[in-house]
Amino acid sequence: MHRSSEVKHVASYLNTRGCECFGQPCESHCPVLTDRTIHVQLKTFIKIRVKPDRTGVVTDGVKHSMNPFCEIAVEEAIKLKEKKLVKEVVAVSCGPQQVQETIRTALAMGADRGIHVEVSGKDYETLGPLQVSKIFAALAKKEQADLIILGKQAIDDDCNQTGQITAALLDWPQGTFASEMTLEADKLKVVREVDGGLETIKINLPAVVTADLRLNTPRYATLPNIMKAKKKKIANVKPADLGVDVCSRLEVLKVDEPPQRQAGVKVETVDDLVGKLKEAGRV
Amino acid sequence: MSSALLPSSRLTSVARWHGVRCLSQLAELPELHQMMRQTCRDYAQKELAPIAAQLDKDHKFPAKQVKELGAMGVMAVEVPESLGGAGMDYLAYCLAVEELSRGCASTGVIVSVNNSLYLGPILKFGTEEQKKQWITPFTTGERVGCFALSEPGNGSDAGAASTLAQQEGDEWVLSGTKAWITNCWDASATVVFATTDKSLKHKGISAFLVPMPHPGLSLGKKEDKLGIRASSTANIILEDCRIPLGNMLGERGMGFKIAMQTLDSGRLGIAAQALGIAQAALDCSADYAHKRTAFGAPIGKLQAIQFKLADMALAIESARLLTWRAAMLRDAKKPFTKEAAMAKLAASEAATFVSHQAIQVLGGMGYVTDMPAERHYRDARITEIYEGTSEIQRLVIANNILKEYQQ
Repeated sequence: MHRSSEVKHVASYLNTRGCECFGQPCESHCPVLTDRTIHVQLKTFIKIRVKPDRTGVVTDGVKHSMNPFCEIAVEEAIKLKEKKLVKEVVAVSCGPQQVQETIRTALAMGADRGIHVEVSGKDYETLGPLQVSKIFAALAKKEQADLIILGKQAIDDDCNQTGQITAALLDWPQGTFASEMTLEADKLKVVREVDGGLETIKINLPAVVTADLRLNTPRYATLPNIMKAKKKKIANVKPADLGVDVCSRLEVLKVDEPPQRQAGVKVETVDDLVGKLKEAGRV
Repeated sequence: MSSALLPSSRLTSVARWHGVRCLSQLAELPELHQMMRQTCRDYAQKELAPIAAQLDKDHKFPAKQVKELGAMGVMAVEVPESLGGAGMDYLAYCLAVEELSRGCASTGVIVSVNNSLYLGPILKFGTEEQKKQWITPFTTGERVGCFALSEPGNGSDAGAASTLAQQEGDEWVLSGTKAWITNCWDASATVVFATTDKSLKHKGISAFLVPMPHPGLSLGKKEDKLGIRASSTANIILEDCRIPLGNMLGERGMGFKIAMQTLDSGRLGIAAQALGIAQAALDCSADYAHKRTAFGAPIGKLQAIQFKLADMALAIESARLLTWRAAMLRDAKKPFTKEAAMAKLAASEAATFVSHQAIQVLGGMGYVTDMPAERHYRDARITEIYEGTSEIQRLVIANNILKEYQQ
């Protein structure tokens, strides 16, 4: 199995920001999040509130957990390891102390070790895809990773940028919105979910892949693995150690809830409908 | 830790043995247990809660889910890894059963019976050979076991077992009827209690391991129960049921002791199940209190509802701490009989109280099957009856108290 000597390890970036708000389209109580069509049968919703000063959403007391797309990314990495196609899976997360819990969840799923990049306070509030990608690119070089798998986007900010920017910074090929990925000799075959349907590409390693919903179904950690996770190491690193400046180039001007949905109007005939549309200036 | 903080002299002595560890575990669980609890909670929310109502309507055994739980290690929490289990402690097991029961009470009891009532006695009293044969295949969720103690003629009066076991050459021949056996229609083995020496009364009862199906063992009709309908309950009828001599569990005449010790632990599993049901009922009520409006505001603003929610939460939290403490005492190999009885009594009475109040909070919606409150009410009721009725728990507690104050 020559694969294992060539592919050293897979780094899986975990996003721990945000809530577990998915299920039905949730604009009604998730002002920052847009229409979600993830059909996961999770019924608990966390009501997202905009901060009174409108600079963001309230995160105090909101339970943070692994971004669902990142869970799928971790699962894919572990599957590769189980097939003996990769030697080591490293789970990485950037954020304050709490993200260690999320890294441990990844370890309980089967990752070998973790790296916690400490970013807290004001820096964490303004941490965005560009800074994270820089951190990630630096880590990938340091760890000599052969494959980076991330969730396609975080469900709190929906940026869908980190994977792409990381690939650009490293000058690596990227396979985004992956619903299937296979290692074939020294190339990675990725089936991408695009607006027009499915696109299959072959990219060279090292590469960046972002996971989409249908890539796999993440496993539940088994009790023995939860126990083993305790012994696995999580290294602590600061962005400065990697030569990355986490200062944000963006300034959030304001954050608002989406406008309340107004009741519609029922009309009797098609003529009435056209009339109403003309009145509203839509036709 | 000054004794002023610890009113009970028993608690002080336990704490002195283990230092702060015991008390801090009551305040906050260790990280390992928290992770494990979260995993079970996620599983229950995603995989059990959505199907619980349908499982109840169909009286359907959740075979797929039981296999998945087996793969996670939850069907054999305390069994050492060498035998195929998760190798965790009893506190972890109680947390698992509570979280799973919060999603589906029937699944909770299926997990509990397999862990505490079937694997428990074999782990404690079985020979190495018996452990390999009767434990390992039952850790994966592929097979579940059951526990046959009660009979049509005796439930609480366990010492009056009339099922007989007679030795004939190199076989035991069992005959009699066992009643109210949880899991039996889905089980692949059972621990059966039968009298080997009628004259010795309860000291003449022995325990046996019987595979299922087996010639001479047949099952009665599935009981049509008020609640926990996805778990099967029926009679086990033994007629000239022959098993090898090596199938006796423990020593001859040890059966009653095995049963009582097994139930001591089993009742913590039921306490955990009751906590899960109560918690689910509270979840449902608190959610409704936020959403339902009456008199111009959400009903959660009304004191009548607030007092109910407070009493419900208090009942659950008190019972939960009793359960955790009893589990921790058991893990520390300290006597825990009194505490386990207190936990089961408190938790089961909390479950019936909380689920009753939950229907009250939901009003009309609590009475219909559209909301889960009615199912929690039906599921809760059995927790005051099986694995030791509330009356028996009171006797156990009273006996222990009187012993402590022995003149």
